[in-house]
Amino acid sequence: MMIIRRAQVILNKLKEAFIDLLPIILVVSFFQIFVLKQPFPNIGDVLFGSFLVVLGLMLFVEGLEMSLFPIGEVLAQSLARKGSLFWLLLFSFALGFSTSIAEPALIAVADEAGRIASIEGLIGESPSEIESYALGLRLSVAFAVGTAILIGVIRILKGWPLHFLIISGYGVVMILTILAPEQIIGIAYDTGGVATSTITVPLVTALGVGLASTIKGRNPLTDGFGLIALAVMMPMIFVMIYGMLIF
Amino acid sequence: MDLTQSFINIFLNTLRDVIPIATLIVVFQVILLRQPIPHLKSVLIGAVYVILGLVFFLIGLEKALFPLGDTMAKQLSDPAFLGTVGHEQVDWYKYYWIYIFAALIGFSTTIAEPSLIAVAFKANEVSAGTIGQWGLRITVAFGVAFALVLGAFRIITGTPLYLYILVGYVIVLVQTIFAPKQIIALAYDSGGVTTSTVTVPLVAALGLGLSSTIPGRNPAIDGFGLIAFASLFPIISVLTYAQIMEWKILRSKNNKL
Repeated sequence: MMIIRRAQVILNKLKEAFIDLLPIILVVSFFQIFVLKQPFPNIGDVLFGSFLVVLGLMLFVEGLEMSLFPIGEVLAQSLARKGSLFWLLLFSFALGFSTSIAEPALIAVADEAGRIASIEGLIGESPSEIESYALGLRLSVAFAVGTAILIGVIRILKGWPLHFLIISGYGVVMILTILAPEQIIGIAYDTGGVATSTITVPLVTALGVGLASTIKGRNPLTDGFGLIALAVMMPMIFVMIYGMLIF
Repeated sequence: MDLTQSFINIFLNTLRDVIPIATLIVVFQVILLRQPIPHLKSVLIGAVYVILGLVFFLIGLEKALFPLGDTMAKQLSDPAFLGTVGHEQVDWYKYYWIYIFAALIGFSTTIAEPSLIAVAFKANEVSAGTIGQWGLRITVAFGVAFALVLGAFRIITGTPLYLYILVGYVIVLVQTIFAPKQIIALAYDSGGVTTSTVTVPLVAALGLGLSSTIPGRNPAIDGFGLIAFASLFPIISVLTYAQIMEWKILRSKNNKL
């Protein structure tokens, strides 16, 4: 009985993951069959790889719901109630840092960026150089997201309006765009959107909304959101600085 | 053999990536708050799932989504497919299949995005029903579709990324002044939410593939930026949507008076 129920849960999860991927499969098949009129290149690899993506995504989300999310939420709430500013700020930074360093999309994009940089001759060709460039990118993003969450939490505590932070932040982005090497700009702009996905968004939203609802005089709706907007912006700044340092 | 090798490599890297979160939780929960971790067993099983899931996911990306986005971008921008000769400069509108592909991928993946569904639900709650869930999701999906089309156009024409981003954020700024206050933070957040784990690698590969086939483009300079667009335009479309809804409500109130 137990085993059957387990199997059913797993099947359901697989189905959900498959439904998430279905739109992509439809669009890609339509183009291959009707527009390009060409057979799929390496169809075996693509099918096997897609299966791994579905399976991996399913396990990953299931695992997050069992482990990381419940603990993260409890931690954020008990820290907010504990009232120690130092520990709350340290936790905010560490949360931003550690969730972005493990973010799967960021890992993938950083590796790809390393490959391109090496093909274009911006960095050396040896795998270790590519890897250290990719890791450098991810560390810059992680520091950036950590800083963003730290500033965002201070904003919630002080009740600063979000758009002042955003406006001045993008002012800095524009100035850095002029100063930074051309080859880093595109990837810098992209990393913001990449850093905020599967792990970061739910945990960070829980932190913001949890804080805003514990603190008197804050509205969870107008003050609780906004952490992600900062987490999208800050990596642009940090990655451009990283680019200025290494190219 | 090759597969086992990459499995072991990715597995070890993933372990290293998950260590910071694990340390964070242990330090704060056990040492600082002096509380045992609740449901320890299921947390540990969950952690194993997270690591295995990441490993499978990354191997799958490398085998399927990255090559797929790359080859499709190359096939769609191939001179033979476009019916042009060799390395001549092609007018930007000849790449219309690329634009259609970008729009469809953007729209369809955003509609299915789980975190957007969650945000739409919250937005409906915040606005006391003014903002419909489907209305918001379709608005955001159009925002992403438009963003990817414009991003592809930028790569094809080779115009500088920062100009688009600058203009985009100026529009956001102006809208921020006029949009209903309650929606602003949520709209800003929706930009980061739409670019999900599956979309990002596919879209990144599309940009890199495009910039490496189109004559005169450099992947390191022109290949990135699609995701930045996809994080920017939903802010604009959500703010616009909120403004339209507010205007509609105001008008219907005025009519009643």
